[in-house]
Amino acid sequence: MQDTDPRLLLLSPRDNVFVLRAAIEAGETLTVSGQEVTVQSRIGMGHKLARQPIRVGDKVLKYGAPIGTATRDIAPGDHVHLDNLKSDYTATHSLEAEKARFGGTA
Amino acid sequence: MTQLTGYPRSDGRKGIRNHVAVAYLVECAHHVAREIAWPQRHQAHLIGFPGCFPNPYAQTMMERLCSHPNVGAVLLVSLGCESFNRYQLEQVIRATGRPVATLVIQNDGGTAATIAKGQAWVAEQVEALAGAERVPMQVSDLVIGTVCGGSDGTSGITGNPAVGRAFDRLVDEGAACIFEETGELIGCEEIMAARAATPALADEIRAAVAKAARYYDTLGFGSFAAGNAEGGLTTIEEKSMGAYAKSGASTISGLIKPGDIPPRGGLYLMDVVPDGEVRFGFPNISDNAEIVEMMASGAHMTLFVTGRGSVVGSALAPVIKVAANPHMYERLAGDMDVNAGRIITGTATLDAVGAEIFDMVLDVASGAQTKSEALGHAEFILTYKSFEPIGPACLPA
Repeated sequence: MQDTDPRLLLLSPRDNVFVLRAAIEAGETLTVSGQEVTVQSRIGMGHKLARQPIRVGDKVLKYGAPIGTATRDIAPGDHVHLDNLKSDYTATHSLEAEKARFGGTA
Repeated sequence: MTQLTGYPRSDGRKGIRNHVAVAYLVECAHHVAREIAWPQRHQAHLIGFPGCFPNPYAQTMMERLCSHPNVGAVLLVSLGCESFNRYQLEQVIRATGRPVATLVIQNDGGTAATIAKGQAWVAEQVEALAGAERVPMQVSDLVIGTVCGGSDGTSGITGNPAVGRAFDRLVDEGAACIFEETGELIGCEEIMAARAATPALADEIRAAVAKAARYYDTLGFGSFAAGNAEGGLTTIEEKSMGAYAKSGASTISGLIKPGDIPPRGGLYLMDVVPDGEVRFGFPNISDNAEIVEMMASGAHMTLFVTGRGSVVGSALAPVIKVAANPHMYERLAGDMDVNAGRIITGTATLDAVGAEIFDMVLDVASGAQTKSEALGHAEFILTYKSFEPIGPACLPA
């Protein structure tokens, strides 16, 4: 049995996140570093998923390089994105809140 | 191997296209210039500067663009009362031996009369340029730029490293390759410094990225669009690491600013962030501003990697569109030249897509149209900026 789902791509052995080679749907169970995890919400291609436990204040590593700091504890299999990772340089802007607020149709 | 040919220019450079540039010198002349170019829009491309007040950067950019190797003739369109130094611009173009004319709307009878005169001049030039001879050209005559736009989580693992492979081969064969932008390389400064040809250049690279970080910090907003986050990118340094992959693995030969022409082949980093205090807002307000700056540094064409799916092309210099995301490629295949998304689905290797991009560069240099060219895309944007000259350590000895 495989230690990690083949849809998860490890870019550098130092990394604590995987990159998704294909989308994973909500409710799917997959193997992450030998552990079974159930994905809570859909995660798209190119997004990141935690490879191991990441503590608040830890650096998140991708390409073997730090890409920011965890803002809360992250469990293996969690989606690593705006809710739990922030830049060490400048803040990130997204339209998610506006889409919810104005009820975007497209 | 393809024998490249190009249009010889008086400065020794060679063009891969032979466009007429129709240049408005203030926004007030934009409509007239657009109408002049429109009937010949595949040969005559519209460029220009919208501001009424003088700006040395804009002057330099327009001089470089009007003497770009892909340009065979230039029509300047002035309203008449703007501050742009049209006399100097016309003289610079004339000194290159290119046909040039200036129309001044206030002196030439207003909108309709100026459009009629301009269309007649452009039609003559297009006809004359159609018979221009081409001479043999080498890969080492080429200047190739790269940008990424509409990036997502696939860009940094498919399209960008594939362009990096193509860049490595182009640099090996003597071409000058330019990557940017320092605001999207924040977090990569030490990795880039380690690839610099000299320790002094390494210091210049660190300083350029530090300047970019300060500049964006003042603006309170990184070079990061909402769509980047939707596509799976979370932070600017993550986007940077992906963007950085476009540079390949060659030694970094130099650090240039917009309008500096690489003195020889090699890999160059372009510093696009203005010097001094934050004056005119965002360094580059959209992707075409970056393409324009690389053209001003002589880029014959641009390799544009996109994950979300940008459809832009450019005036004057062809854009090869590299799709990073396989799902986007399916939706926008009519706009994309290369499907690097095959790397993430496992149906092509990075090396194979890199080789495909390299071959396409030679084909496009030989006259093959890119998708955006065939669709008539010819975007252009130029805004206010200010730069100090580069330091002596920035160019190869």
